[in-house]
Amino acid sequence: MINKKTPSRIVFLVFLYAFLSLLALVFILPVWHVIMASFSEATVLTAHTGLVWAPLGKPTTGGYGIVLSSPNILTGYANTAFYVIVGTTVSMILTIIGAYCLSRKSFKFRNVFMLIISFTMLFNGGMVPTYMVVRNLGLYDSRWAVIIPGAISVFNLIILRTAFMEVPESLEESAKLDGANEWTIMFRIIVPLSKASIAVILLYYAVGIWNSWFPAMIYLKDRGKFPLQLILREILLLNDTQVMTSSADAVKNAQLERKLVKYCTIVVSTLPIMCFYPFIQKYFTKGVMIGAVKG
Amino acid sequence: MKSFLNDIKRNPGIYILMIPVLAFFIIFAYVPMGGIIMAFQNYTPKGGFFHSDFVGFKHFTDFFGSIYFGRLIGNTLAISILNLIFGFPAPIIFALLLNEVGNKAFKKTVQTVSYLPYFISLVIVCGLVADFTASDGPVTDLIASLGGERINYLGQPQYFRTIYILSDMWQGLGFSSIIYLAALAGIDQELYEAAALDGANRWRQTIHVTLPGIASTIIILLILRMGTMFSVGYEKIILLYSTNTYETADVISSYVYRKGLQEFNYSYSAAVGLFNSVINTVLLVFSNKMSSRFSDTSLF
Repeated sequence: MINKKTPSRIVFLVFLYAFLSLLALVFILPVWHVIMASFSEATVLTAHTGLVWAPLGKPTTGGYGIVLSSPNILTGYANTAFYVIVGTTVSMILTIIGAYCLSRKSFKFRNVFMLIISFTMLFNGGMVPTYMVVRNLGLYDSRWAVIIPGAISVFNLIILRTAFMEVPESLEESAKLDGANEWTIMFRIIVPLSKASIAVILLYYAVGIWNSWFPAMIYLKDRGKFPLQLILREILLLNDTQVMTSSADAVKNAQLERKLVKYCTIVVSTLPIMCFYPFIQKYFTKGVMIGAVKG
Repeated sequence: MKSFLNDIKRNPGIYILMIPVLAFFIIFAYVPMGGIIMAFQNYTPKGGFFHSDFVGFKHFTDFFGSIYFGRLIGNTLAISILNLIFGFPAPIIFALLLNEVGNKAFKKTVQTVSYLPYFISLVIVCGLVADFTASDGPVTDLIASLGGERINYLGQPQYFRTIYILSDMWQGLGFSSIIYLAALAGIDQELYEAAALDGANRWRQTIHVTLPGIASTIIILLILRMGTMFSVGYEKIILLYSTNTYETADVISSYVYRKGLQEFNYSYSAAVGLFNSVINTVLLVFSNKMSSRFSDTSLF
């Protein structure tokens, strides 16, 4: 770019770099605070106000000991793992099938079906009627109530359908001549050729289920089935420290270590996403673009 | 009908595959739409959809006449409008500023860091918000050091919206900027060179080249956002609000949740929900019409 470095331009650039550095700090500092606080000494941390720049008192992993021995966190983790694995599988299968059918040119009525499906993006029965339907199906307090009612996202289906439509028709035709049925064409030809879009959708579903707490809150009664996010809500927002422990003695301790436990819980429950973060980020940004040009 | 049967005969495999997908949408989207009938009944779980008393528009007139009606509309619109004024331009400005950065490594670092909050779950973000604005939290600490009060800010109705909008921006700013950065990258570099030859400085280049280059993206996203003015999501509200802050925090969707699933006023809640859905649908259809008029982009 041909731009003369005029004095005003230099002043602007100084401010620009300073401002963006400050902004970056605003994004990263809360995360830093949480990590540092999680290694602090409980009593010092409880008395402290403001940002924690470095572990307070003697650095310790004591908080993590409490969190990792808490039965609620562990079952929450296990439940979330179950919901993510099973839920993503169910969602992917249904979405791929739907997108495949609706992308077939030989399927003359596909636009009618597309309309039926797209309409649900525009209008829905609302929270209470949906809740009643799920209850009447006998899904209340069942793990399936968390997985099934939100299994297909129309948005994801449309993204995938667009990707499937880009696969050259000739491939499908030659497979048909070789006697391949719909199932074979779908999983042997169309899906392998749309790997990038499939990966994006898979991530959308998996992260969505990992973050989800509301359906679990309204449909589940049995605490043994609660996903991690619901347990987190109790600890972080309802300030329910009893969630962490069962014995009365431990409750007293937990009260003292409440703050520390909160921070350790945040780290423990965010770690998996952060480990995948560089990888996820790439696909998410790709997803934004697919969604944008989808039309 | 005949051509439909012919199509089934021609594509038996596809129709068989469509069964579970179609069943999903019928059961979880269309049956609940039929369930809207409960908004016109005194629904009881015992009577079900078929044997509950029919009361017509009673729940609607109750809602319109209640003291909550004005408050809910006001809160919903206030949050939407504040989000539009502050939340909408922020990623555009952020993208424009990033675009001025010459140092690639610096740009990449700021970008990557700005996406980070997007990957933290909503429950945790709200947990952090509650913690940071508590009387001993870092944000409160900062405010106190600037001469402010040391109180629990999230519990004060007058600060709820500010906290809601700012935390939204913290979480979504970087990620929302992606689409603008892509639009910026798509601008022909020769236009800048031509402008520079004509003597335009960087500021004039921004006004005459950069902004027109991303204008269509901005307009489309703005129009689409107009379509969601009446739908403030309940999840974040429910996570952050408390009885203290209902007067500024309670929006239509959170009210629907509280009335229906916490207080078990099923029919009344369904009526309020239907009222909200109808407005949302009208706005969405309208904004999509506008969007497809301005460009080829629309949701359906």
